[in-house]
Amino acid sequence: MPRRPFRLRALALQALVALALAALVYFAATNASEKLARQGITAGFGFLSRAAGFDISQRLIPYAAATSTYLDAFVVGLLNTLLVSALAIVLASVLGFAVGIARLSPNWLARTLAAAYVETLRNLPLLLQLLVWYVAVRVALPEARDPAAWGGAYLSQRGLVLPRPEFFGIAWLVPLAFLGGLLGAFAWGRRAARRVEAGGRPRPVFWPGLALVLGLPALAWIGLASSGHPVAIAWPAPGPYGPEGGLGVLPEFAALLLGLSTYTAAFIAEIVRAGLNSVARGQGEAAAALGLGRAKTLALVTIPQAMRVIVPPLTSQYLNITKNSSLAVLIGYPDLVHVFMGTVLNQTNQAVEVVAITMAVYLTLSLGLAALMNGYNRRAAPVSR
Amino acid sequence: MAILPAILPAQAQDGTLAGVKARGHLVCGVSGGVAGFSMPDGQGRWHGLDVDFCRALAAAIFDDPEKVRFIPQSSAARFTALQSGEIDVLARNTTWTLSRDTAAMNFPAITFFDGQGFLVRKSLAITQVKQLDRATICLQQGTTTELNTADWFRTRGLTYQVVTFANSEQTLGAYESGRCDAYSTDKSSLYGERLKTAHPDEHVILDEAISKEPFAPGVRQGDDAWRDLVAWTHYAMLDAEEAGITQANVEQLRKETLSPDVKRILGVEGKYGQGLGLTGDWAYRIVHHVGNYGDVFARNLGDATPLKIPRGLNALWTNGGLQYGPPIR
Repeated sequence: MPRRPFRLRALALQALVALALAALVYFAATNASEKLARQGITAGFGFLSRAAGFDISQRLIPYAAATSTYLDAFVVGLLNTLLVSALAIVLASVLGFAVGIARLSPNWLARTLAAAYVETLRNLPLLLQLLVWYVAVRVALPEARDPAAWGGAYLSQRGLVLPRPEFFGIAWLVPLAFLGGLLGAFAWGRRAARRVEAGGRPRPVFWPGLALVLGLPALAWIGLASSGHPVAIAWPAPGPYGPEGGLGVLPEFAALLLGLSTYTAAFIAEIVRAGLNSVARGQGEAAAALGLGRAKTLALVTIPQAMRVIVPPLTSQYLNITKNSSLAVLIGYPDLVHVFMGTVLNQTNQAVEVVAITMAVYLTLSLGLAALMNGYNRRAAPVSR
Repeated sequence: MAILPAILPAQAQDGTLAGVKARGHLVCGVSGGVAGFSMPDGQGRWHGLDVDFCRALAAAIFDDPEKVRFIPQSSAARFTALQSGEIDVLARNTTWTLSRDTAAMNFPAITFFDGQGFLVRKSLAITQVKQLDRATICLQQGTTTELNTADWFRTRGLTYQVVTFANSEQTLGAYESGRCDAYSTDKSSLYGERLKTAHPDEHVILDEAISKEPFAPGVRQGDDAWRDLVAWTHYAMLDAEEAGITQANVEQLRKETLSPDVKRILGVEGKYGQGLGLTGDWAYRIVHHVGNYGDVFARNLGDATPLKIPRGLNALWTNGGLQYGPPIR
């Protein structure tokens, strides 16, 4: 038995390293708390329940300076981070896939434009692009006291103000119908795919799906209106300093969303191109020989096989979007870092706690997102033979 | 994060003055971007009321106003920098408040009485803050400005939209490019901020102040000797002004004066500096190298400067202001 002592030794070594690491963490923690106590900094998370006292420009939950706590401010910042990250992930994916596919297009113009897009946006710092969106693009818009009006919406240097439907009471039926439409369209698509796999004839998916997603809420809207419970709409109106009321899209939010999406889309495009190129050429040729068009070949043959190459680096890009959203600080968008590590930290002086919470949030978001993508990859990966 | 406090320099535990003397220079935290308070010029030389206060400290300790290193501090990092011992004194137009006094540091003396004001475009034709109801206001985050503005508008039943930025350049940039109707911060800073705009005469600072902003240097808690030294450096400059001792006449007065007050201040009579751990001529050094409070104010903020900030509350108590130095006896 010559191997046994060797394995024991390896185990003992690992245990030793783990112990040393634990000791280091323990030493650092006790050292920090001792030094903080000596400097008269009260440690702990009690500050989270104190009144915040400051206002935040964009809030997805009810928040008021006088009554809300630092914990509420934290939630407001977190939701703003989640909102901009989620939307940027969707936008960047759509744009990135489109550009990535266009880069391999037989059409010279599409190919060249896509290449130019990738090389320009990928090679300029994100910070610079955010400032271009926030400063250069915004300044080109009309002044707040003289906004551009279109169909009840106003566009100015203060952002976009849209009419806001009030989904209270029975009006909840409209978003509910939208959700139902989405689920219905998804189920329809699954059924159509199963049918094809079982050897049946393909059915149209796109138009019926669109009809479900848009038609159901429209029906609910019309139904409510004709039954005497029309959905109320808050119309924006010009105020003394600019358009007021309605649903406001802040320029900070728009700049961050557009900057993050277009920048990351350039990277996603390259990942998609690499993924498509990784699929054996014969696959596409075989599909063509069967009489499938280019779009069908891509959708049914190439992309499904490319996904297993695309998803792991795509996950990194999604994580990058989430973390890069903290550049919000530079253009005044109230994300988690801006609100919590900026204002709250400054007002409470609880640096260790605030930074620890923020780190934990980003770690949780990143690990959660990565787990989600890995799960998808395991399910979507074709069974290898 | 947990490792950070482990690399604290030693003077966090020993006396700050001993640490400064051993090091051979003072380390002073300043804002680094507020005209009249602390700002480096084209040659990299620092100017301003806060800067001169640190030079006065260095003059009192070393008889050399140049033995100071200035480290710009963001409003977010300033308290941590002081607490962690990175700087000896924080002279960074910081408002003295109870929560900061109890949680973060001590404030030995008020070097400048300020209040929060509003910068607006002249074209708005506004004279009072309440006319900003429903306006959009640009603020720098992490300052008392955020709290004051929220309180002021709420208690009057008025509304406003807020946009906050991490530093004053971004805030001013957003205001100037039309993102906001008003830019609010301490009035003293607004004078300098207005000068930074492309057309300063198109903007106006409203007379009203909506808050009390007493600016005080900050020192670490638990070091009474250092706190005394910082406080009395300011008082010495006030007492010198009150006694008519200026940078211009201090040499002559030291030799010729008959006034017991002046003799005590300049260390001709008594050794009052020793109680502070300094030499008897500590106040003479301050006035000789840096000047009295009036000299410093005129040089950095007064009518001779582009800022033209009136003395106002910062006049000596004998002239109807609030600056009052306890006697050197």
